[in-house]
Amino acid sequence: MNALKGFSAPIVAGVVLFGLWQGVLSLFNPQGFVLPAPSEIVGALIDNWDEVYQGARITGFVVVSGLIAGIVLGIIAALLVTRFRTANETITPLAVAVNAIPIIALAPIFNNWFGLTSPRSNQAIVVALVFFPIFINTTRGLTQVDRSQVELMESYAASRSRITREVRIPNALPFFFTALKLSTSLAVIAAIVAEYFGGRQDALGPMITQSAGLTRYDEAWAAVLAGTMIGAVLYFAVLVLERVAMPWHSLIRNHGDDK
Amino acid sequence: MNVIDIQGATKVFNPGRSNQVEALAEIDLAVEPGEFITLIGPSGCGKSTLLRLIASLISPSTGSVEVNAKPAEQARLDRDYGMAFQTAGLFDWRTVTKNIELPLELMGWSKGNRRRRAAEMLELVKLSDFAKHHPSELSGGMQQRVAIARALAFSPSLLLMDEPFGALDEMTREHMQDELLRIWKETGTTVVFVTHSIPEAVYLSTRVLVMSPRPGTIASIIDVDLGGRSAATRDDPAFFNKVTEVRVALRKVEE
Ligand SMILES: Nc1ncnc2c1ncn2[C@@H]1O[C@H](COP(=O)(O)OP(=O)(O)OP(=O)(O)O)[C@@H](O)[C@H]1O
Ligand SMILES: [Mg+2]
Repeated sequence: MNALKGFSAPIVAGVVLFGLWQGVLSLFNPQGFVLPAPSEIVGALIDNWDEVYQGARITGFVVVSGLIAGIVLGIIAALLVTRFRTANETITPLAVAVNAIPIIALAPIFNNWFGLTSPRSNQAIVVALVFFPIFINTTRGLTQVDRSQVELMESYAASRSRITREVRIPNALPFFFTALKLSTSLAVIAAIVAEYFGGRQDALGPMITQSAGLTRYDEAWAAVLAGTMIGAVLYFAVLVLERVAMPWHSLIRNHGDDK
Repeated sequence: MNVIDIQGATKVFNPGRSNQVEALAEIDLAVEPGEFITLIGPSGCGKSTLLRLIASLISPSTGSVEVNAKPAEQARLDRDYGMAFQTAGLFDWRTVTKNIELPLELMGWSKGNRRRRAAEMLELVKLSDFAKHHPSELSGGMQQRVAIARALAFSPSLLLMDEPFGALDEMTREHMQDELLRIWKETGTTVVFVTHSIPEAVYLSTRVLVMSPRPGTIASIIDVDLGGRSAATRDDPAFFNKVTEVRVALRKVEE
């Protein structure tokens, strides 16, 4: 499949890395004090499968729902702001400034707003974290268009919405996907860290803090592994989506290669 | 009835600001149907600006611009002209065929007609083998040819072309010149063509307008009456005389 092309090298690199990790630890640190070996983590994952799976579902739901809401809101805001030039000139710099707030630090405050045990506050953190990069980058892509392409459309008396569809949106896609790739890993981090402070107690975040508190590090790592898998699956999905949405883009990247 | 009627048009960019540029001063121009006008002049003298005024992509600071006896704005809305820009301005996300079909889509042509016309146009610019490629896979000159095909696709009665052959090699350039002249003769289109090449201006046009540097004005108008063009025209002494005449006029404005 064309969309999957080019993923083999990172997979090989990952396997080699884990092999080294396992090898080095079994040579120098057989008791697994500092860092459990991959085999121990996988063992803990199997032993605690039901709990970890349940935690991954809950955290995964927070991540995915937060991502989707953040993306949708970010895109709507970007389209609105590019429609009205003054809005773009006032709101966009403001958004860049707000984006500098370490949103994850607001987790305890969000807990206060949405309820300590509700996953709503965790979702809200993810939404806020995803919203800004999507909004800022998409706005950039919608506005930083080739002048002559817009003039060409104007010379055909194309309507404003037609210009948005034919020129601005395709131009914004690479910007959007760059932000989206950044957002998927951020969303997982945000969800788990937010869960340290509140939300459902059977999610991955509390599982990590509780296991670590009881010095059951292999279980903590099993939960981390589950979080990693969520991030990896999402990232991979975005990569595939990117290739499907922008088949021409890989042509630009591979320029000069044979096909 | 004139195809283009410009009276006392001036263009000042960013008026009243520190980056104010007086691009065009007092342009008067009347172009009759079927003429082939070239604009030639030093870089930055306002050739592209004048073309954009005619296309109503910008509006004049003072004066008036009419196309087909109506305000240029209305002519644009009526899609009275086709335009090829100085940069190819192709859409990377569309294949070569789809790029050529773009104006036809906007004009509501049926899919079958669009396909057929795009294929004809590709034939014309000798790029049939690249129909399904994306612009980023083409050389600069090939991209420029796609842009020309796109401008010609809907057979507009007025063609505005801004250095369309600038990126082409000499042989392709001469071929495209002959093709453009053939289309012009067959369709009776009026053409306004910007170029930096004196022989190109003489070979193509019925009138060469020599422009002076900023603020741009039409410094001299040279009528070219060489009859039908062919390969022999390029070696004709009358052709060389005209080339010299334009060169002298250009030298005068650059002093
Ligand atoms: N949108 C714009 N804003 C401000 N200044 C402009 C703009 N477009 C053109 N100018 C200025 O107007 C002058 C004429 O520009 P124009 O592009 O018409 O020149 P040109 O004759 O086409 O030059 P070239 O042969 O290099 O293409 C230049 O000084 C340019 O800087
Ligand atoms: Mg120019």
